Amino acid sequence: MSNVPFSDPSTKRTALKGVRGLGASGTNATSDFWWQRITAIGMLLLTVPVIIIVMMLLGRNQAGAGQILGTPVIALIMLLFVVASSWHMKIGMQVVIEDYIHGEKIKLVAIIANNFFSLAVALASAYAIFKLSSGV
Amino acid sequence: MTAKINRPLSPHLQTYRWTLTMAMSIVHRATGLALYFGTILLAWWLMAVASGPGAYAIFSGFIGSWIGRLIVFGYTWALMHHLLSGIRHFVWDLGYGFGPSEREGLTWAALIGGIVLTVLLWVLAYAFGGGR
Repeated sequence: MSNVPFSDPSTKRTALKGVRGLGASGTNATSDFWWQRITAIGMLLLTVPVIIIVMMLLGRNQAGAGQILGTPVIALIMLLFVVASSWHMKIGMQVVIEDYIHGEKIKLVAIIANNFFSLAVALASAYAIFKLSSGV
Repeated sequence: MTAKINRPLSPHLQTYRWTLTMAMSIVHRATGLALYFGTILLAWWLMAVASGPGAYAIFSGFIGSWIGRLIVFGYTWALMHHLLSGIRHFVWDLGYGFGPSEREGLTWAALIGGIVLTVLLWVLAYAFGGGR
């Protein structure tokens, strides 16, 4: 902050009431840090199965691809991957936004847009997997 | 009353000599951003399969084009690099690999490993799927 209120020029210290609420307290920072790693471990475990599934789907037509993706175990693996990746990317993008966007209003708009985008990607993918699994 | 105080400032990035770990830190973030927008492809692919043959044909047409293949190739590399670079971060999270040669080694491993895995996956993709 360029214009620090309540500061004492003689000690170059900022009064406590001038800095309260400006740190990580009262945010979800610790929870975000933790879930960023949980989701990363989840994706790490799912990497090989997801690669195998994608390889199985290469060169197939829509009916063939749909049949494979609708298989319960494959649908579950894809669902877990979609949930983990959209959650992970939501947290990651929020960190980037907070690092580079400094205007409070535009930052808020960006964070809200990030939430909407991540949720939309997750729900679109999950909806498609559920639809294929129901065999319609 | 507000006094103007010249507080000590920490030097910014350009003061420091460019290092491999610095560059790869930015690449980790950049690949993360690329993957963020790349998930549109994943969602589109799943929605296309769920929608029917017409939607799937549009998706396949795009992915099969040279620009589509280029994007998916880039996506594959971004994913593999971010994955290995992320494992490197896990090693650091656990408190290991901070020595000068260790951190350089881990970073080179992520960089080279990402490229090798990407090429390997595309060779496998062409071998099994006959190309997308």
